[in-house]
Amino acid sequence: MIVVDRIAKAFGTHVVLEDFSLTVDKGEVVCIIGPSGSGKSTALRCINGLESYDRGTITIDGARVDRADPSIHALRSETGMVFQRFNLFPHRTAIENVMEGPVYVKRVPRAEARERAVALLEKVGLAQKIDAYPDKLSGGQQQRVAIARALAMQPKVMLFDEPTSALDPELVGEVLKVMLTLAREGMTMIVVTHEIGFAAEVANRVLFLDHGRILEQGPPEAILKNPQHERTRDFLQRVLRPAA
Amino acid sequence: MSVLSQFAADARDFLPILLQGCFVTIQLTLAALVLSTVLGFVWALMRLSPSAFLRWPAVTFITIIRGIPIIVQLFYMYFVLPDLGIQLTAFQAGFIGLGIAYSSYQAENFRGGIQAVDHGQIEAAQSLGMRPALVMRRVVLPQAIRVFLPPYGNTMIMMLKDSSIASAITVAELTRGGQLIAASTFKNMTVFTLVALLYLTMSLPLSYLARWLERRFGRR
Repeated sequence: MIVVDRIAKAFGTHVVLEDFSLTVDKGEVVCIIGPSGSGKSTALRCINGLESYDRGTITIDGARVDRADPSIHALRSETGMVFQRFNLFPHRTAIENVMEGPVYVKRVPRAEARERAVALLEKVGLAQKIDAYPDKLSGGQQQRVAIARALAMQPKVMLFDEPTSALDPELVGEVLKVMLTLAREGMTMIVVTHEIGFAAEVANRVLFLDHGRILEQGPPEAILKNPQHERTRDFLQRVLRPAA
Repeated sequence: MSVLSQFAADARDFLPILLQGCFVTIQLTLAALVLSTVLGFVWALMRLSPSAFLRWPAVTFITIIRGIPIIVQLFYMYFVLPDLGIQLTAFQAGFIGLGIAYSSYQAENFRGGIQAVDHGQIEAAQSLGMRPALVMRRVVLPQAIRVFLPPYGNTMIMMLKDSSIASAITVAELTRGGQLIAASTFKNMTVFTLVALLYLTMSLPLSYLARWLERRFGRR
């Protein structure tokens, strides 16, 4: 469904991504892990054209992702994105945030969009907060609204860019739970994360990225329990035992 | 006759003429406000455009306009353009000149407001599939408006007062009316006190409007 074929990106002499390839099938959950600055987020952001790339190709169901082409808008409406810092629209309530895309991009009738938005907010456990403005919500609640907002577009794939990194530790669980449910329901997901436990439980495949290259990839048991590369071992040790 | 009753008697004589001037002042201010807002918005969008072909003319225009006194710009409109075959009435020259002059301030104000919107907001809107015009209308402007409305209110008040500059090109607005009466009656104190009070009377509702706008849009 999603084919990333040897994309590369550099800022001057600084290489951000090198020879990055990734194929994701329908219903697959792929987690991308790696140290900060390894290019994880950039790779993810290339997939819906928020970021440009210098070489290679990306296709979603055969359609090329090219941020300079007008087709990019339609492609983005089919890929949900969840950001590290939520990026909810502060001037709109939770339900208005969720209705925004369907009503203004897809031209869904307001009543229908509202009905679906209510259902989505219930799904993420925020039925009581539909009329709350984002600044009245906790980080975990905001992120769950953001997930509902992305789901409202009925995307083919959900992209998560470190969705729990900006959250207080006690709020991480509620967001991961929603993501877990989505994965169980068969949503195609690409998740950039530091949550190794989540990757171990949910991912079909884990990619370890370092200095813009995929160092190793495979099923979570292999990568997380028995990494082949020194760098992967180092990284996992630091993430799993941050105190050491 | 006491000073006060003399003042009241003169005021009764002069007010009808001065009120006509007020009416012209209001028309002039409103016309210039609309023009400066539309133009200012265009310059702001051009300045923020990724294309140098749009940015460069806007930057040049704003720099030139900001560097020339408004009164000189009005003289240019009224006295120089006819030499180039463009005839404008005094009122037209006045509102176009004021509108253009103020459009540079408006542009900088709009630009500041638009730039103050977090880039993550734009990315979130884009990720929903919004095209640039929709991103601007639904996400950027509603947030930018909170930043640029308070200074916009001040701009309205400044514009009302600066419309008096149009008296220099014979627009029959309030200041011009005052000058004419003062020149023929020599009652400078009465006339210009009345003129000042009339400007104040017109600007007070604007001050309230500015504060109301600030409250209305500043909430979220």
